[in-house]
Amino acid sequence: MSFSRGSRQIFNDISLDIPRGKVTAIMGPSGTGKTTLLKLIGGQLKPDQGSVEMDGNNVHQLTRKDLYQLRKRMGMLFQSGALLTDINVFDNIAYPLREHTDLDDSMIRSLVLMKLNAVGLRGARDLMPSELSGGMARRVAMARAIALDPVMVMYDEPFTGQDPISMGVLVNLIRSMNQSLHLSSIVVSHDVPETMSISDYIYLISDGRVVTQGTPEELKNSSDPWVQQFIEGQSDGPVPFHYAASPVMQDLIGE
Amino acid sequence: MNVLDKLQKLGQSVISVFSRLGQATLFLYEILLTIPGLLLRPSLVIKQLYTTGVQTLVIILVAGCFVGMVLALQAYYVLVDFGAEDSISQMVVLTLMRELGPVMTGLLFAGRAGSALTAEIGLMKSTEQLSGMEMMAIDPMQRVMAPRILAGFLAMPLLTAVFMAVGVLGGYLVAVHGVGIFEGVYWSLAQLKVDFYTDLMNGMIKSVVFGFVIVWIAVFEGYDSVPTSEGLGQATTRTVVHSSLAVLGLDFLLTAIMFGDI
Amino acid sequence: MNSKKIEIAVGLFVALGFAAFFMLALKVSNLISYESESGYKISASFDNIGGLRERSPVAVGGVRIGKVYSIEYDNESYEAVVTMEIEPQYNRFPTDTSAGILTAGLLGEQYIGLEPGAEEEFLTEGGKIDVTQSAIVLEEVIGQFLYSKADEKE
Repeated sequence: MSFSRGSRQIFNDISLDIPRGKVTAIMGPSGTGKTTLLKLIGGQLKPDQGSVEMDGNNVHQLTRKDLYQLRKRMGMLFQSGALLTDINVFDNIAYPLREHTDLDDSMIRSLVLMKLNAVGLRGARDLMPSELSGGMARRVAMARAIALDPVMVMYDEPFTGQDPISMGVLVNLIRSMNQSLHLSSIVVSHDVPETMSISDYIYLISDGRVVTQGTPEELKNSSDPWVQQFIEGQSDGPVPFHYAASPVMQDLIGE
Repeated sequence: MNVLDKLQKLGQSVISVFSRLGQATLFLYEILLTIPGLLLRPSLVIKQLYTTGVQTLVIILVAGCFVGMVLALQAYYVLVDFGAEDSISQMVVLTLMRELGPVMTGLLFAGRAGSALTAEIGLMKSTEQLSGMEMMAIDPMQRVMAPRILAGFLAMPLLTAVFMAVGVLGGYLVAVHGVGIFEGVYWSLAQLKVDFYTDLMNGMIKSVVFGFVIVWIAVFEGYDSVPTSEGLGQATTRTVVHSSLAVLGLDFLLTAIMFGDI
Repeated sequence: MNSKKIEIAVGLFVALGFAAFFMLALKVSNLISYESESGYKISASFDNIGGLRERSPVAVGGVRIGKVYSIEYDNESYEAVVTMEIEPQYNRFPTDTSAGILTAGLLGEQYIGLEPGAEEEFLTEGGKIDVTQSAIVLEEVIGQFLYSKADEKE
């Protein structure tokens, strides 16, 4: 599908297939619109051309009610966690349960504690979001994303800015939850090593189109120099180090 | 060349004013649609009544008292020259009910509750809480916006009534205990000359209209704000300025309609 | 947990608002007089009503007993017809009662003052007062005064 924001075309005729039950990664340089892609999948944004289909449903042709039903089967983890700041951790995770189910308080309590346990934060249930560290907030957000037992979870830059230990925790959680809960996960990130270590399939996006796709192995062995630069994190290559400017000597001598 | 540029800029800004108004109206329409469902969850509205209403109460009490007292004082100084100082209560009460009550409460409300609303919603937008709610299949229009609009709509008339009452009492203090008007004269003349429908109810109608407009602007500006710290500051300022101007402008309009015949 | 306190605060706030409103309505406005909407109407014609307005008071001996209901102009008799609404308990006005437009105080507002007559029949709904005294127009008085002064000189 294609999508433009204002005069900038963000996606030009791209095509992605997300397989069920696997961890699929969408990687690319900053600013290529990876978050926008997630919003397009979730129905928050509408493509100019083409369609997004989930489970046989065209996301953007659904009525509002049906779209909301569909969203209950998707979980999304925002970059900042997006927890509701005026309620504590327990209530944050209980929120979708209270809104969308008729379960009584004791059932909800059990569910919330189970989800918290899955991410290892059962003891933090009474804290307020402002009291959590970045990594903890993300884990709470993760617990909330799986609160309604979705079939698909989308992670928006889950590893950005994390210390090594938190990083390791998150990486593990994403993979293990995908397995144990039979989820389909989409991870959007530019943290190469972490993402490659848990993904089954990777799409590399740049300039609004899919540059290359494949398993982590295939990408590592790719002959495309751009792919190599990205994967290896080389400072110079097809994406140049120097921003376009006149030759050095000319600049220094001055005009 | 220069004149053409300026004309073009003028045209653009006029168009953008209308486009913004249109956006705000569509926004309002979406919110109003959610209200029937909202009535099943009164706790949301009650919570908002607290933040918009109860927390503005203190400033209203203080302001109302001072305004009432000043009114009485100034009224006395003017009326005493005509030997008409007994009419002091009439002047205080009528001014409070018809104009100062709704307008001052509106301005204070815009500054205190309006700006807080915009800041709160703008912050929710920038921390992606609104997006998050949408992805959890929860309608932020119904859960976040609509309760606030309803609460403002309900809180303003209550606050205005309190302002008027406190103002009248403040005026009483100055008139009776300060300047020496007879207590009976103060109350009975007011009772005689102030008409329930024309004066009190019109003032209350004004306050309802003001409350609605202030909250509409506040919530929209928050929702529409640029999610940066600078953008939030701009949005809050816009709320206070626009809603204050709207209150004053609407006041003129309503006054002309309501009191124009007499 | 916290919501209890919030509910109580909001309840108090709403109660305060209503209390303020009722205080204003009852103590400071003429709401009470609205209760006696069911008065009876009588009319009187004047040459000049001066500053009389709708809802101006109607009083006897200084006591307010009703208000002006409407003011119209009769095209044929070239007079101003004032309809008054008198509170129902004051129903003993003889048919030859007179009505005059008086001023409260020196610069005060104008009202209709009734002087009971001596007839045995009383005015009822739709009754008409025949003896009327128009309002005193200040300019006319001054004009008369100046005129009479000029007369004196001669």
